[in-house]
Amino acid sequence: MANLNDHMGRPIVAVTGIGVVTSLGVGKTDNWAALTSGKSGIHPITRFPIDQLNTRISGMVDFLPSSSKGASPLTYELAELAGLEAVTEAGLDSSDFGGPLFLASPPVELDWAERFSLYNSDKGKDDTAAERLLRVARSLKELDIFETTQFGSIADRLADRLGTRGLPITLSTACASGATAIQLGVEAIRRGECDRALSIGADGSATAEALIRFSLLSALSTHNDIPEKASKPFSRDRDGFVLAEGSGALVLESLETALARGATILGVLGGCGEKADDFHRTRSKPDASPAIAAVRAALADAGLSEDEIDHVNAHGTSTPENDKMEHLALSTVFGERIGSMPVSSNKSMIGHTLSAAGAVEAAFSLMTMRESVIPPTINYDNPDPAIVLDVVPNKKRNAEVRTVLSNSFGFGGQNTCLVMAREPV
Amino acid sequence: MSSPRDVVITGIGLVSSLGEGPDAHWQKLAQPGPQPVLEATRFAPYTVHPLPEIDWNLQIAKRGDQRQMETWQRLGTYAAGLALDDAGIKGNDELCATMDMVVAAGGGERDEAVDAAILAASESRNDRDVLLNEKLTTELRPTLFLAQLSNLLAGNISIVHKVTGSSRTFMGEEGAGVAAVETAAARIRSGQSTHILVGGAFQTEHSDMLLGYELAGYLHRGPWKPVWQRQGAEGGGVVTGSGGAFLVLEQREHATSRGRKIYAELGPVVSGRARRSRGELDAEIAALLKQAALPNGKLLALSGASGAHAATSAEKAALDANPAIAARGFSTLTGHMKEAQFPFAVALAALAVDRKAAYPVFDAAAETPFEGVPAAVLATAIGYHQFEGMALVNAA
Repeated sequence: MANLNDHMGRPIVAVTGIGVVTSLGVGKTDNWAALTSGKSGIHPITRFPIDQLNTRISGMVDFLPSSSKGASPLTYELAELAGLEAVTEAGLDSSDFGGPLFLASPPVELDWAERFSLYNSDKGKDDTAAERLLRVARSLKELDIFETTQFGSIADRLADRLGTRGLPITLSTACASGATAIQLGVEAIRRGECDRALSIGADGSATAEALIRFSLLSALSTHNDIPEKASKPFSRDRDGFVLAEGSGALVLESLETALARGATILGVLGGCGEKADDFHRTRSKPDASPAIAAVRAALADAGLSEDEIDHVNAHGTSTPENDKMEHLALSTVFGERIGSMPVSSNKSMIGHTLSAAGAVEAAFSLMTMRESVIPPTINYDNPDPAIVLDVVPNKKRNAEVRTVLSNSFGFGGQNTCLVMAREPV
Repeated sequence: MSSPRDVVITGIGLVSSLGEGPDAHWQKLAQPGPQPVLEATRFAPYTVHPLPEIDWNLQIAKRGDQRQMETWQRLGTYAAGLALDDAGIKGNDELCATMDMVVAAGGGERDEAVDAAILAASESRNDRDVLLNEKLTTELRPTLFLAQLSNLLAGNISIVHKVTGSSRTFMGEEGAGVAAVETAAARIRSGQSTHILVGGAFQTEHSDMLLGYELAGYLHRGPWKPVWQRQGAEGGGVVTGSGGAFLVLEQREHATSRGRKIYAELGPVVSGRARRSRGELDAEIAALLKQAALPNGKLLALSGASGAHAATSAEKAALDANPAIAARGFSTLTGHMKEAQFPFAVALAALAVDRKAAYPVFDAAAETPFEGVPAAVLATAIGYHQFEGMALVNAA
């Protein structure tokens, strides 16, 4: 009989379903095959013209029916695909999930395509742009455009589609959002509010304006010539992240409920830790103390010591600042051991999926443990001498991995870390 | 009856067209026949309840910080500072560093001038995607993005007020405010947290913020009317207002051990998602009223009704069906504040409990007087489009 409660007497939270979509493909099988063969999903931008843009590459998901329909429709489709894969794998009814939904998704805005079409549908009056948009808006007969501007609409549609229970929570903690969605699900189960929860991170918001906004903040790589080489976490010549899209979903379930219904246990969500940073809107505190605190909080929540973590799925964005700060945080927490611990960044292949990243990378962390294969950090040809890490360079590695730490750090001082384990302890 | 893990309210930060702070709001709202502050010309044919004059320096000391934000983030950071001050937490490094935070947020303001210039140029250009690249790469202020990101209200609260225990941002109109309060309360009850800052802000004086309602025709047009009296009038019934509401929620034991004044105890917080297109809203509101564990006898209710025709008439019918309930539609006086609506309702409920007096009717034609001391007050937010929530606020 397995122990059903954790070191703090709370229900152990198991993972019974995993779903993922990235620029590498739809579903775990395709993604895992590409990821473990070191294949990159980064490619030239074709969704919109690249005139005037300093960055002309991305990890957009360009192969779905909604890929050209705007941020809200694509984010919905990404979330739905990952959610369906996870719920189906869990062996649950995909139209009647029966637990709460936690959705990490990007903030929404009226797309420019709609803005142009509304504005130009009623020319000729002597009014301001704002007045004209409002006048046209109030005569619309359909809710489709309206829905794309409501922050709760994607979750509302998902709740209908998947039969989740109650008021769905849509959240943003910037680039940590996916991890926060998982944390909220874990906490709800631990509090006994539900036996299972569906946590999804989805981001289909790689519009021209989004790209330009990040570009103006000098956050993006401009290594356009060989797109698949642009994302190079922990390398000396890294110059920014690669904007990307994707989704990840986990079915979280109390171990007791999962075992009782005979579900396959894919892994355990052992601990979550967070700490906000008050230093700067986009930069981390130079001493990395908030990231360090988040890692330690996740370890403590999981009841594991530093020595019990086998592998780190790094945030590893490929920005000069993040990778340096993350290395400082990890070397502070893990000490000398960090030099011999495999620390890899999925973003070297899929880019930075923003609101989805924490969920996508949690999915890959769980698969790493199940498959006993660590995906590589590709494009590691020119190591940063100041960052001494075993990044699993360029080729996958076969290894027994019992536990993984997955980091997520974001603008606005967001730091969230997850600790996952292969087996219930 | 009280338990050490009760959730209590120890800090309230409010800003609306009526003024700032709990005292100013109580003084305005407790007088018989309170009057709204209206701005009917700037956004005609829409009326809004505008922000009062605010000296941002009082809560955001650094000009540099103020410049990094637009009005929405300033407003939220300001209201959060008021709540922290009120709870005696502001400036206490230890309490701030261990304080959790859940913010209900939409998005920040776009640059209207840049957008207008792009739209004007689009009248004579067919290569609109190229036009976008040309204009956005050259005319957008780089840091404006940070003033627009939903989670950067929380980020600014961390920077300005040093609240750094944790930081989560919920999105989704009124439902975000409901879920923020509900989750914060659940964390305290379960011992996951001892003190949490929770709330939101809405800055309606920007055309995009109006557009967010008007794409579905939700805004009321023509002469202003109280929130319960807009059925059949021109437009969709919603009159918006700028404002913010933050609460400090605290474990009772934590609050008493540091000797703080307790406004009220936060009882059950309940939420739901009616599938309104299937006609489930009436049943959902009835179910929430049941789950909220209403006490026997007369009950004051602070309704966050938006004025949106369908949702408001459903809520009105449900409240009227219970003759013990005396409802106050505070949107009559503040306008609808979207993500901040539910935290605002809870704050006004807590004030009534604390002052041991009910609010007079805000609309004599639609509301009934409440005599006596309200020992418990209901707060509601039935979303103008989706999502529903309620909370029962009890005497401390």
